[in-house]
Amino acid sequence: MAPEVTAPSSGQGAPFGPDRAPRGGTLRRLLATREASVLGALVVTVILASFWVDGFFTDRTAGFLILDVTAIALIALPMTLIVITGEIDLSVASILGLTSAVMGQLWFLGLPLETIVPLCLALGAVLGAINGLLVTVAGLPSLAVTIGTMALYRGLAYVILGDRAVADFPRSWTSGATQRLGETAIPWVVLLIAALAVVFGIVLHATPIGRSLYAIGSNDEAARFAGISVRMTKLWLFVASGAVSALAGVFWTLQYSSARADNAFGLELSVVAAVLLGGVSIFGGLGALPGVIGGVLLLGTIRKALELADVSSDTLSVVTGLLLVISVVAPNIVARLKERRRPDTPSVPAHSNQR
Amino acid sequence: MAQEPPPVPPPLALVGAAKSFGAVKALQGVSLELRAGEIHALCGENGAGKSTLVKMIAGVHRPDEGHVEVDGAPIEFARPADAQQAGVAVIYQEPTLFPDLSVAENIFMGRQPLARGRRIDRPAMHAATEALFARLGVHIDPARPAKGLSIADQQLIEIAKALSLQARVLVMDEPTAALSGVEVERLFTVARSLRDSGAAILFISHRFDEVFDLCDRITVMRDGRYISTDPVAELTVDAVVRKMVGRDIAALFPKQDTEPGEVVLEVEGLTRTGVFSDVGFTVRAGEIVALAGLVGAGRSEVVRAVFGVDPYDSGRVLVNGRPLRKGRPAAAMAAGIALVPEDRRQQGLVMELSVERNATLTRRWALSRFGWLRRSTEERTAREWTRRMQVKAGSLSDAVATLSGGNQQKVVLAKWLSTDPAVLIVDEPTRGIDVGTKSEVHRLLSELAGRGLAVVMVSSELPEVLGMADRILVMHEGRVSAELSRAQATEESVMYAATGQREDAA
Amino acid sequence: MSAVSTSAQPPLQEHGGGDAKADRKLRQVREVGILLALVLLVVATTIVNPNFLSAQSVRDLLLGATLLTILAVGQTLVIVTRSVDLSVGSILGLSAFAVGSLFAAFPTMPVPVAIIAGVLVGTVCGAVNGALVALARVPALVVTLGTLYIFRGIDYWWASGKQINASDMPSAFLGMGRASVLGIPVLALVAVLVVAVVGWYLTSYRSGRELYAIGSEPAAARLSGIPVDRRIFMAFVANGTLAGLAGVLYAARFGTLDATVGTGLELQVVAAAVVGGVAIFGGSGTVLGAALGAVLLTTIGSALPILRVSGFWQQAVVGLLILTAIGLDRVLAVRAERKLRGGQSRGA
Repeated sequence: MAPEVTAPSSGQGAPFGPDRAPRGGTLRRLLATREASVLGALVVTVILASFWVDGFFTDRTAGFLILDVTAIALIALPMTLIVITGEIDLSVASILGLTSAVMGQLWFLGLPLETIVPLCLALGAVLGAINGLLVTVAGLPSLAVTIGTMALYRGLAYVILGDRAVADFPRSWTSGATQRLGETAIPWVVLLIAALAVVFGIVLHATPIGRSLYAIGSNDEAARFAGISVRMTKLWLFVASGAVSALAGVFWTLQYSSARADNAFGLELSVVAAVLLGGVSIFGGLGALPGVIGGVLLLGTIRKALELADVSSDTLSVVTGLLLVISVVAPNIVARLKERRRPDTPSVPAHSNQR
Repeated sequence: MAQEPPPVPPPLALVGAAKSFGAVKALQGVSLELRAGEIHALCGENGAGKSTLVKMIAGVHRPDEGHVEVDGAPIEFARPADAQQAGVAVIYQEPTLFPDLSVAENIFMGRQPLARGRRIDRPAMHAATEALFARLGVHIDPARPAKGLSIADQQLIEIAKALSLQARVLVMDEPTAALSGVEVERLFTVARSLRDSGAAILFISHRFDEVFDLCDRITVMRDGRYISTDPVAELTVDAVVRKMVGRDIAALFPKQDTEPGEVVLEVEGLTRTGVFSDVGFTVRAGEIVALAGLVGAGRSEVVRAVFGVDPYDSGRVLVNGRPLRKGRPAAAMAAGIALVPEDRRQQGLVMELSVERNATLTRRWALSRFGWLRRSTEERTAREWTRRMQVKAGSLSDAVATLSGGNQQKVVLAKWLSTDPAVLIVDEPTRGIDVGTKSEVHRLLSELAGRGLAVVMVSSELPEVLGMADRILVMHEGRVSAELSRAQATEESVMYAATGQREDAA
Repeated sequence: MSAVSTSAQPPLQEHGGGDAKADRKLRQVREVGILLALVLLVVATTIVNPNFLSAQSVRDLLLGATLLTILAVGQTLVIVTRSVDLSVGSILGLSAFAVGSLFAAFPTMPVPVAIIAGVLVGTVCGAVNGALVALARVPALVVTLGTLYIFRGIDYWWASGKQINASDMPSAFLGMGRASVLGIPVLALVAVLVVAVVGWYLTSYRSGRELYAIGSEPAAARLSGIPVDRRIFMAFVANGTLAGLAGVLYAARFGTLDATVGTGLELQVVAAAVVGGVAIFGGSGTVLGAALGAVLLTTIGSALPILRVSGFWQQAVVGLLILTAIGLDRVLAVRAERKLRGGQSRGA
């Protein structure tokens, strides 16, 4: 090839210059990421809370904390993948509610739970598939679609169960859902969450599918030109989101031993908040799963600490909101300050995208 | 006319302007004088700093050093509105319209004629729009939305906007890139009449015939620096190219002769209603087949359909005799087709992702074992291929957006050649890359054909087509209007076929 | 249809094609469509139960639609710029509680002063959102999701479990919620006024048109010299102000206030705008459409029981309506695009 355009560096044709010491470089890069700051904030919060709040640093507290965040943690997993592809699913809490209502009604009609639970999971997958089809086949914006199905699914939950509550689930199942691990106060659900987190984490970070998710989120046209089936990928993500939301619905119902149409009302925004707090860009293409787990735990920890410190849990929402705003404003301000030092660098895509 | 220095100060001048982006010096000490009543060409390779210069004049960028002068007085454009106020209108490469708003609003946005109470006077606005279009000799309904207009019509709206600003300085940044011959003529007529009425026009184009046809003086830039300004009469194309490149150009199109092998790609009766119809051709191993034609003739659409990114209604595609499922890029890739698309930034690369991820995106499944993808494998592959392609990049983990156009194109080529394709389709492979990389790409294509690849090349550059292709298929309005062998093909024969004239050429 | 191959060199003057009228019609069809759906619903309900059109029930209907309409109008201002404001429910709650607390603390406070104070609470909240979105350049969805929690949290902290009752507020203020002129509730008149003023502003003033330009193509808006950040900031301030006004009206109408007022309203508001044809990605949609969307959503709520459909169906129907609306928009857009494209094709 034309020698006059050969790489200029270090003379021996190594176009990338001397190898950067990969270990140290990787570590430093990891420390600079959003995930690292979220996990750091989590650690600091836990330490502070252990000092200031009586009875915080116990496995009992940890156990309750995990039960509290079970639904958010579960749903945040597929949500992370969806947001990374540049879409959003606001119907998750309604899928949870509808699953709960169906579960209650089927139990009320006398079906055994062994049959009901798989049915519920399948229902969740179908509801997710409806979202996915509207987004991929009909080509509608997911924000609008899932606001629609959020109302629709929640509405169907009311249609099925009205304002009744079904609460007479068998003891073995309800206490099974909150069963502790051995001698500890940690519920076994934590294993389920961890297992699913590992699965989703591997898919996102160490498989070809994960690579295509980031490509889709950054530029779906280029992804299509690279042979990625954008539609199918998104469709399956929505199906996964629906199925996991249904799973969360089953747990919610058993955990609180109550099937109601309004279960987990408004939870979708908590899930989205946790995902964004965890460093996932709402524009897609950026983010990592460990950060999101950190985000979920951070929100849960603060809530628990304030609760134990007798601060009304409602006030907590200020903290949630502030965290969310700071977590996105701070990096932007840093970037803008840098920009001021060398003006006119291509800036943050300010309003180039919606949301 | 514009030989003598004019007695009046120039309506717009740039004095010793410099601009850096981070470590990259986009402009250094550039001075430029636009005189009233002249069309001034700005020539330079991609990356020479033309766009930065335009954005400085437009008030988008502020110079780090030097300044802009209007009528001989220094002035600071803090934002685009300031430049507008000073009578500078810019027509960008890609029209920047509001698709949801009406044509009239697009022209008058922010300057709508007002009635009593600062209310927008819609009838007056529409009348003014009609008047502008009358001056341009076209008719577009002022009330229709800009959505759905052709590029040429959008360009006209931009020009109407410039007219309405009573711009004394009009900057046209590659306005003809997407226009057909007739549309270019129309644009030139408008430009000349503006010049004759005393406006200063800065015209940027890669097409030398246009530059020499239209312009009075030519300024050449290279690597962000000012090289020269001369009257057109004192220049030749060769002289300009030498100034642009800074050296004599070697043989640009070194296609080796090869012995064509088996038929690899067969396209039969491919039709997509309204876009192209009954397109058929075959490509043999070791052959370069060019798809020539005017912009909008349907060439890119055909190769996109072959690759499966776009759908088609009837016909079929065979690779090595086996029919290909339509609408499935993954299937096309499995069969050994690779497509280097037309729009590098939108289709070829994921700009935010790293060089490494872009280079291995097409091989993500091949590189994984039992679905597990190791970073080290990816990195090794990316390193290997970027080395082979001689990509100049700071680090493999840098976003591909930080590379120059030519290096980006090399990453695209790396990403596709690493799939070891049997058929390589390249769509405008050298658009927007510098002359050096251009000849490198040509050499590479020729070499690949020599190694037995079947190459399909879509190109709008006639010299490229004539120099590289073994066979040329010319498309006109969605149909193949001629198939020419290398021996038969001349500029004239291709142009005749491309414009649909039925003349027995050559 | 095979435009490329058949069109044999039409005269050059025919730029852009003649389908602009068709397109304009399509746009109007959108509002007419909602109006038609609304009329159909009312007629059907009235046939089942003539009382549905009684003065009292119409009054209730209008009152019910008032708040959602005002919020939807404000939301439209924001959505056309390609943003979104999820914090409106919290702003409404905060401003309503502010008005209530003011009266509770200073029982003799003049009513107009309290109203203005309540509205200003909304303005300030809107300014916070606007500053974060326009100046810090953070995506609106994220910012307003954050301020949704913050404003609501402030509300909780302020209320700390208390409730404000009608007895804490002067009757002149509460009277405003019940008064009517010529049988039309004053609150509904306020909503109509808001729709008229904002609608007029958006179509007839430069800055109003610039909001559409920003939403339609932000990059082009910057290049053409529109002060994009300032406009977006002002859109959020205006939206906050309207949410504040809605909060004041809420207090006047319901009299009982706690920290949960307006919870979950935000998505309903977005839904009303979307049903009304405001494109979720900015650039198009009218205030009138959004208002009609709000009225339609409210009417469905009151019509269902009369149509002997369980009230539990309401939300499901609303959901279906949203999906139908965006689906319909999509179909219309695709058809319009095809027509426009067909109209402009010509030979080389």
